[in-house]
Amino acid sequence: MMTSRRRLLYLAAAAFALASGSVGTYVMAQPRERVIRIQAKRFSYTPGELTLKKGEPVVLELTSADVMMGFNLPDFNVRADVVPDKVTRVSFVPDKTGTFIFLCDIFCGDKHEEMHGQLTVVA
Amino acid sequence: MPSAINRRQFLQLAGLGSVGVVFASALPGVASAAGSEDFYFVQLSDTHWGFEGPPNPDAKGTLRKAVASVNALAQQPDFIVFTGDLTHTTDNPVERRKRMSEFRQIVADLRVKNVRFMPGEHDASLDFGKAYKEFFGATNYTFDHKGVHFIALDNVSDPRALIGEEQLAWLAADLKEQRTDAPIVVLTHRPLFDLMPQWDWATRDGAKALDLLMPYKNVTVFYGHIHQEHHHRTGHIAHHAAKGLMFPLPAPGSQPARAPLPWDPAQPYKGLGFRSVDAEVAQAAYEITEFPVIRST
Repeated sequence: MMTSRRRLLYLAAAAFALASGSVGTYVMAQPRERVIRIQAKRFSYTPGELTLKKGEPVVLELTSADVMMGFNLPDFNVRADVVPDKVTRVSFVPDKTGTFIFLCDIFCGDKHEEMHGQLTVVA
Repeated sequence: MPSAINRRQFLQLAGLGSVGVVFASALPGVASAAGSEDFYFVQLSDTHWGFEGPPNPDAKGTLRKAVASVNALAQQPDFIVFTGDLTHTTDNPVERRKRMSEFRQIVADLRVKNVRFMPGEHDASLDFGKAYKEFFGATNYTFDHKGVHFIALDNVSDPRALIGEEQLAWLAADLKEQRTDAPIVVLTHRPLFDLMPQWDWATRDGAKALDLLMPYKNVTVFYGHIHQEHHHRTGHIAHHAAKGLMFPLPAPGSQPARAPLPWDPAQPYKGLGFRSVDAEVAQAAYEITEFPVIRST
């Protein structure tokens, strides 16, 4: 059982550590996932162009504003059905640099074939 | 029906350009030819009836010209196949049916009346093939012709570009009835292999169909979708894509995005056409000859 004084010192130390960020060191040491929200809507993605860093883990939060869509990023073996009224999360780590296409792979209407975007991965 | 060799000589004599290329099975086994007879069929694909735009200023005339060219073949084929995208897609179900009706009316002028249709994603993916079936019947089926077993596979009625477990089970059951050396031709719209998934040139579960086909020695696939001639092998299975009849598309990965190639006024209908396929049944070999939309002779 801590004394009141020891408890006070402990809390003060904890508060200092939080403020200085030292408590967060463990968390910060893990590769932090970058979260990017992408909305699909017939017949485009917003945003339609993404830039990521090689090796930086990313989570894509995908939503659809109208009908079921696909999100397919074949070069990274990433794909998902994007269902209206639901957030679909896919995570991956870009392991190569370059410019890559992502596209809707569920036929969604008369301009479906124009529904694609571009991912650029930089070093 | 003349033999394939005679027909080849005829094509040369008629000055119809280069002689077709023969594609034989990569495996040494030769099918039993008992009761078989060489023949040829014509493949047309991706007519996209209803499309309008600069990539084809003769959008309303190209199909009719192709029909006339097929009708002008001195020796008519045993049958004709259309491997999908008969019509260009539209969100409007009334317009979709109007396009299908017009298409059907135009191709009714073909002299050969044994015509097999298949859907493409433009025909079938927005209503799971409902309108297509009203006009053209089943989206997957089999038939046998002079010793060759034909299988029409539907990889477009599911908008996710899936063949689907039910159809795969149907395929497996059909194949069980075939000898492993039987000459088998698969007709489909999308490539069954991952030609260019970045451009949607793939079938998501196509590998499952190819796994089922692999034990069979003599399998050849004819398909459309990519609007250009293309030849590929997955193991011993040969895949041959056909040109379209509305606008050509670029070679896989040759430019950043898939988009119709521009119309060339100096060379109208360039990149468009149809093909004849001479089946040499005993060898399970297929001689493909490409024809332009408008024949010069």
